[in-house]
Amino acid sequence: MFSPNSHPWSADETLGRHLEKRGVSRREFLEFCGGLCAMLGLGSSFVPRMAHALQSMKRPSVIWLQLQECTGCVESVIRTSEPTIGNLVLDLISLDYQHTLMAAAGHQAEAALQSSMKENAGKYLLVVTGSVPLAENGIYLTIGGRTAKTILEEAAAGAAGVVAVGACAHWGSVQAARPNPTGAVGVGDIVKDKPVVNIAGCPPISDVVTATIVHYLTMGRMPATDAEGRPTFAYGARIHDQCSRRANFDAGQFVTSFDDEAARNGWCLYRVGCKGPSTFSPCPIFQWNSGTSWPIGAGHPCIGCTERQFWDTMTPFYDRLPDVAGFGVERTADLIGAALAAGATAGVAAHAAATAIHQARRRPLPVVDAPVRSDPPAPPAAKE
Amino acid sequence: MAATKVVVDPITRIEGHLRIEAQAENGRISNAWASSTQFRGIEIIMQGRDPRDAWAFTQRICGVCTVVHAVASCRAVEDALGIEIPANANLIRNLVHGMQTIQDHVIHFYHLHALDWVDVVSALSADPAGTARIARSISPWPNNSETYFAEVQSRVKRFVSGGQLGIFANGYWGHPAYKLPPEVNLLAVAHYLEALDWQRDVIRLHTIFGGKNPHPNFLVGGMACAINIERAATINAERLEDVHGMIRRAQRFVEEVYWPDLVAIAGFYKEWAAIGGGVSNHLAVGEYPEADVRDSGRLYFPRGIILGNDLTQVHPYDHMKVKEYITSSWYEYAGGDGVGLHPYEGETKPRYTGPPAPWEYLQGLDKYTWMKAPRYDGRPMQVGPLSRMLVAYASGHADVQALVTEVLGKLGVGPEALFSTLGRTAARGMETLLLARRMNVWYDQLVARIRGGDTATFNRTKWDPSTWPAQADGYGYLDAPRGALGHWVQIRDGTISRYQCVVPSTWNCSPRDAEGQMGPYEAALVDNHPLVRPEQPLEILRTIHSFDPCMACGVHVLDATGAPIVEVTVQ
Repeated sequence: MFSPNSHPWSADETLGRHLEKRGVSRREFLEFCGGLCAMLGLGSSFVPRMAHALQSMKRPSVIWLQLQECTGCVESVIRTSEPTIGNLVLDLISLDYQHTLMAAAGHQAEAALQSSMKENAGKYLLVVTGSVPLAENGIYLTIGGRTAKTILEEAAAGAAGVVAVGACAHWGSVQAARPNPTGAVGVGDIVKDKPVVNIAGCPPISDVVTATIVHYLTMGRMPATDAEGRPTFAYGARIHDQCSRRANFDAGQFVTSFDDEAARNGWCLYRVGCKGPSTFSPCPIFQWNSGTSWPIGAGHPCIGCTERQFWDTMTPFYDRLPDVAGFGVERTADLIGAALAAGATAGVAAHAAATAIHQARRRPLPVVDAPVRSDPPAPPAAKE
Repeated sequence: MAATKVVVDPITRIEGHLRIEAQAENGRISNAWASSTQFRGIEIIMQGRDPRDAWAFTQRICGVCTVVHAVASCRAVEDALGIEIPANANLIRNLVHGMQTIQDHVIHFYHLHALDWVDVVSALSADPAGTARIARSISPWPNNSETYFAEVQSRVKRFVSGGQLGIFANGYWGHPAYKLPPEVNLLAVAHYLEALDWQRDVIRLHTIFGGKNPHPNFLVGGMACAINIERAATINAERLEDVHGMIRRAQRFVEEVYWPDLVAIAGFYKEWAAIGGGVSNHLAVGEYPEADVRDSGRLYFPRGIILGNDLTQVHPYDHMKVKEYITSSWYEYAGGDGVGLHPYEGETKPRYTGPPAPWEYLQGLDKYTWMKAPRYDGRPMQVGPLSRMLVAYASGHADVQALVTEVLGKLGVGPEALFSTLGRTAARGMETLLLARRMNVWYDQLVARIRGGDTATFNRTKWDPSTWPAQADGYGYLDAPRGALGHWVQIRDGTISRYQCVVPSTWNCSPRDAEGQMGPYEAALVDNHPLVRPEQPLEILRTIHSFDPCMACGVHVLDATGAPIVEVTVQ
């Protein structure tokens, strides 16, 4: 149940002073920082630095643009468990513009956006859900009579950092699936002059969104990312390598038809189309909705929704990824890779397998202990 | 006095992108236009795909009503291929869709609609003891103490005094249309915050059966979540008990918080029972199959049509009478702007004719929206909780009749009060209450079946495309939180050749048709509708929000013209 807090964080006090008033002890606070560091993949040596950064922080302004989207990413963030959305909005950030939740509409809403951009120029965090349609001069999405592209460019100009939440903001997602009728692109295709962190997924797990925001606020920079701009603390490993059904894969225990004996034993879904071997995502570790379950845990194959172009590259969803079953994908990939390197002629199927797997493996390895410099804040890892 | 031009864009606290334009004269609205300003083209994207994948694509039409397109899509494909799903799968889908509706309606009331009726700033001057007294008089909910409300008030006070108003900035606080006493405002603000936590818990039902929310997973032919009470990685007793707990907590919150709050707040706004009625035809396709989905006589909420607000007669529904018009929409038909087309022969070619952005006004233009205009037998139709409750009431549904009678009695109004802005908001609450109770029945049935040894969740006989006919057409209906939904699919040689959806918000947000008939949003805004301060359009928000708009759902496109599909190059 919601526990009311009689000491909300006011604009003029630091978080340290605020927590003190709320009766949070130094020890409890350091424990919280320790947990956060662990989640973000930072070593324990960063705890004091995080504590220092957090303590001297003021309620930051966040502007959230919703563009060409289904609002699923907003719904996902509303499900976030720690901090809860109530605490996030009332205590942790100043959410100055967010269509789904804000009281004002029309001119008053747009006035709130303009005044926040002006007052917090260069300091606010810009969160974007949804893609930007470029076809036909952008008329496939307008807000207040202005195109999504115009609105995004204006908001990005004064932002300290940009977080693209969800597959649509990342690369366009479902509306960018072939033939992409509206010319939808991701935020990173428009905003080129500053780093864009991509929280991949359709939708992403809410805790990854909030953890990224907290990382930015505490570290003074975005988390380390892979070539897709995805934070490595969340997207550094394949589903297949973290899957609770991996042992069944290695043992050759496969579901061959939904609801068969193997499915009723909770075995591996690879043969009914699981895209876990080609998908980098924290689903098996973070799980969904307060750790309740996750797609494979509920018996459905992974559809690969954290990967660019998954609507075209991962479909048909129930077709298995090309592979020689029984030895594990890495081994297959290594064998085929070696064969190709030796100049041997590979068959079409083997080539397809190599391509799919190479694609999955070409991302950099996870950065377990991200380097943090005291001054000046380093820019986020550059995109490829 | 000349009419004042009013523009509200963006309409916030909805799903998606909606623009309302109006003309106001002497405190009333004299004309109105509803424009959808987003287009995504998902139905073009469906062409050539595997029909078993369609649920996942169409699910992404909307992440708020995140299960409805997926289930309607599965039903359409199952209809086309002649697949009957196991009884367990039907019960699980009912539980998933039922919880979706309950959660969606509660979120709508507190987080999307309440700020139209509740003045947050006024809550600051409330006497918490008075709020506690009121709360205890209407509900046994445990968080009804003076201390509790005092803490909520103090939290909001400090938030406001800090100067960073966040989502509450620039609200219409102090507007004369706000009528609640400060104590009731405080009650609603407290429950606004409680509901945020509640929804996060109960929606986990989707995670258990579908792996995540938003966008849980579904499966043509049933559900992918295998049942085995002897295993840890399947639906077992532990998972079922978790589900049971969520159903109980959902029911309790609805009975002890949402419903009493709704009735109490409605009591202060009875004049809204004579405002914003609009279109008097209602369509319910019916929902919650208690047997095979094709048996339209065995739905918990019945199917039917009400014409001219006449509750003495329920007309039968025939999906072949649905046609879509584009007279006022940015599309073109080969047969011209005056014709209507059934989804099976529908064609859509986007053709923008509006002004280049940025623009100031769309009113007065012949075409002004991305929304098409669906009509039933030529008539505009309202869809949604009110339409469902009216059809059920007129059909003699005992639970609905009893509840409607009780509510009308409590508020001291007659049945005509239902045809209004307040009626739509009240009907949403009634439906939530009935569903929250019905969930127990479906849960008990599921458990009884498992206890009896039936654990089947999937029918695999038509899974393999080699078993499919060369040509198959299917219709999938579903009465979603926001109203009647239809998916039409045509499968040719194993892939989708045509796909179309006619969606609740397409019905309700439809523009003028070839006959000049307004859609439900527009008609409601000119039906005895006040607008005291055109520069603070609070009353417009009340009526538009009473429909619970879902714009991403409403705009879609089918390309039946055979336009070439361009291959993307994947890096």
